[in-house]
Amino acid sequence: MSKRRPYVRSMDGWWKKNPFYVEYMVHEGTALFVAAYAFTLLVGLVRLGQGEAAWTAWLEALKSPFSLVFHAVFLVAIVYHAFTWFKLFPLTMPPIIVNGKKVGPGVVVGSGWTAAVVAALALLGLVWRIAA
Amino acid sequence: MSDTKKIIEIEVLRYNPESDKEPHLEVYKVPFTDDMSVLQGAQYIKDNFDGSLTFRWSCRMAICGSCGMMINGIPKLSCETFLRDYYPNRIRIEAMAHFPIEKDLVVDLSGFIEKLESIQPYIIPKEPRTLEQGEYLQTPEEFNKYIQFTSCINCTLCYAACPQVGLNPDFIGPAAIALLHRYNMDSRDGASEQRMELVASEEGVYNCSAVGYCSEVCPKHVDPGNAVNVNKINAAKDYFLRFLSPKGGSK
Repeated sequence: MSKRRPYVRSMDGWWKKNPFYVEYMVHEGTALFVAAYAFTLLVGLVRLGQGEAAWTAWLEALKSPFSLVFHAVFLVAIVYHAFTWFKLFPLTMPPIIVNGKKVGPGVVVGSGWTAAVVAALALLGLVWRIAA
Repeated sequence: MSDTKKIIEIEVLRYNPESDKEPHLEVYKVPFTDDMSVLQGAQYIKDNFDGSLTFRWSCRMAICGSCGMMINGIPKLSCETFLRDYYPNRIRIEAMAHFPIEKDLVVDLSGFIEKLESIQPYIIPKEPRTLEQGEYLQTPEEFNKYIQFTSCINCTLCYAACPQVGLNPDFIGPAAIALLHRYNMDSRDGASEQRMELVASEEGVYNCSAVGYCSEVCPKHVDPGNAVNVNKINAAKDYFLRFLSPKGGSK
């Protein structure tokens, strides 16, 4: 008779066992803030559809201290989410070959950041002009 | 020389299937020198304190891939991890995470071996050549596409690093998918469509949630996480391209 009795360890609380997993859960968790901000904008769109009074009320609500604090939290969480998202580029993207050589992870992450910053500034400039 | 030896406490996760209900920790005080690896620490315990301590090892130079352990909770090859880096703190060694423990530090690798077999880890020629036609030629560029994925030593540290392997033991996992990718990327091979069924299956690449720890712990810089994630793109492409040009026969 076999004496084998392989022991399977529990996965309960697995993400607390290694700082790498904790960071993973935090950066995945910040996606909830991205969703919450998208939801805030979606509410704005619905209010816009309901007429001028509803739209103005929504704009006023955005100016409340409660909303400002939440937006500051959104900003921090979304910037962190973006930071970790770009950090994963070298893991998730097919290798890029330039002149027969694989482009290094630093360049890949850097290009992602540059594109994001340029896009954000362009959008900000556009909105600024429209507002002016 | 021996009287200048320092002593480090090594805590070992012990499990004897014949007498233990579950694993438990035991502490050993091991004299060591600066050139001693964690593996040598385990060997010292076996030679001097308890001959029944069971662990796998062979080459002692990070090429056979046998001596992986959880060292203070991190999957590492014990032959290239040094006791001096942990002294004066206690060091804890456990069997590789996410695998069933067979005895002490030895895990059951049969599931991993089955996964390796399932990916058809051999060249299935694109166009069979006869002996008279000569060898299969390959340019350095073609060779460079897969060389990185040939460095895997099957140490399974990446499985011990991957929580998705722990949560779903059926997931083919990082090393097997890296090897699958190695053959798919080989210009002489023509079986990537055959392998696609497995890549896109319930056991396939979509189990991966891009934790990325597999590539972090890989002692040979294979970057298995990249192989898994690139194959997510390949599987998605294959799925959508089937609408444009139906290939039929997808199970």
